[in-house]
Amino acid sequence: MTEPLLDIRDLTMRFGGLVALSGVGLHVSAGEVVALIGPNGAGKTTLFNCVTGIYQPTAGDIFINPPGGPRRRLNGMKTHRITAAGIARTFQNIRLFPEMTVLENVMIGRHCRTRAGVLAAILRDRDTRREEREVVERSYEILERFDLADHVNDLAKNLPYGDQRRLEIARALATEPFLLLLDEPAAGMNPKETDELEGLIRRICDEEKVSVLMIEHDMRIVMSISDRIVVLDYGQKIAEGTAAEIWENPAVIKAYLGEETL
Amino acid sequence: MEYFLELFFGGLTRGSIYALIALGYTMVYGIIELINFAHGEIYMIASFTALIVSSLLALQGMTGPAVLLLTAAAAIIFAAAHGFTVEKVAYKPLRQAPRLSPLISAIGMSIFLQNYVMLAQTSDFLPFPNLLPDLPFVAEYLPFLGATEFFIIVTTALVMVGLTLLIKFTRMGKAMRATAQDRNMAMLVGVDINRTISNTFIIGSALAAVGGVLIASHIGRINFYIGFIAGIKAFTAAVLGGIGSIPGAVLGALVLGWTESFATGYVSSDYEDVFAFVLLVLILIVRPSGLLGRPAVQKV
Repeated sequence: MTEPLLDIRDLTMRFGGLVALSGVGLHVSAGEVVALIGPNGAGKTTLFNCVTGIYQPTAGDIFINPPGGPRRRLNGMKTHRITAAGIARTFQNIRLFPEMTVLENVMIGRHCRTRAGVLAAILRDRDTRREEREVVERSYEILERFDLADHVNDLAKNLPYGDQRRLEIARALATEPFLLLLDEPAAGMNPKETDELEGLIRRICDEEKVSVLMIEHDMRIVMSISDRIVVLDYGQKIAEGTAAEIWENPAVIKAYLGEETL
Repeated sequence: MEYFLELFFGGLTRGSIYALIALGYTMVYGIIELINFAHGEIYMIASFTALIVSSLLALQGMTGPAVLLLTAAAAIIFAAAHGFTVEKVAYKPLRQAPRLSPLISAIGMSIFLQNYVMLAQTSDFLPFPNLLPDLPFVAEYLPFLGATEFFIIVTTALVMVGLTLLIKFTRMGKAMRATAQDRNMAMLVGVDINRTISNTFIIGSALAAVGGVLIASHIGRINFYIGFIAGIKAFTAAVLGGIGSIPGAVLGALVLGWTESFATGYVSSDYEDVFAFVLLVLILIVRPSGLLGRPAVQKV
């Protein structure tokens, strides 16, 4: 069996006395869409923050096995290095660069794949110019695939909501990840937009060969596209399995609906 | 009319210098929300470096524009190195601290740098040679404008254009804008924040160094304290224009330069600062976030 792309073992995160995650294990294999669900405050976003280096886990290990690369431990790595290693993410709320154009937002995603420094920017030798041209072309190509090519020169803040969410995913993909972390991608979307998003996530997984780990509350989308579902409650993993298995799991029902006391 | 033009261009010259220094304040504020009080000292250190290097070159018997170029290059490199080091030593360790801590650290840095130059050099005023080229055509076509003033205005304009292109179109400029708009998100798309912040300090310091060489040549003397006054003026200009905004800093600097120049010319030089700061207060009453600053929206 090949090693999973993302391999989290015994992850624990404490904030003072509060245990946000306790001994959580989780893995994502190549070609999978994994959903991470659980009630509010279960520690889902904390887990994302640990993986992307925003938080330093208290204990446990986070490993990645990038396709064609060596196994690496992410604990203590700087956020931008983790991005360069191949993990991209989006947030619950929109975090575009509002005062930059749509194209620039995607171009900045190419940042970690390019090199030009201060001197190159001033001297503008042939390599730098070629690099810049490639960045523009590649970014434009991504925008075309996301149906955003008509808006390249609009400021990101002026796009409609659904387009802004798509642009966030486009920007994340511009960093050339092998794993994409989506934090509530369907939040605030209407049913039509949610359907489109579902198709988009499938396409990312099948065509772009990027695996997906997503936090989502919209059960419809979770049930229909996840290959596997992981349920967190109070910082602990209480269940893991296919949609059908999770649906029947008493621990999950208890976490969501509370225990019947009568 | 002649007198008016003279004051106009005098104000433009002052404003240009203020702008070169104000840009450093506003860029640093834009990216890490810190008022870098040590920035004026960087400008002062650049002037001292320029004095030392130009004197050494003069001892070697060198003359002409080469002296200016070498001097400016040395001043820029030395100032950039100081700006870079100040950030690493005094601000980077405090990045997660409450906002007042780096501010106090900045004031400490400012005092430290002043005293370090005073002890290492002297507390007296030193004469500064005029390094700027004498351009005879200026006197011919623009009688109300001195050659050095002309040189200062043109150099500043070129530097501004260069800076705009740098920020608008280069990879580094995009990283700087992204970091200013959302630091965490910038990290998550792979921007090295520490390097970007260092670059900002380096560029800001280099601009201040250009200002330092120009103004020292224009005024003709320097001491360890010039950074404080120039810093306060440039900071005022940055606030006037809307701190964090790059075009704002330039506009604020020009408005300040003209106000001082006209107040001196038509009223009295004793009231130069009074007018400048009355204007600042008036503008801030009408537009609290400065001329081009974005209003701070408090979400409730």
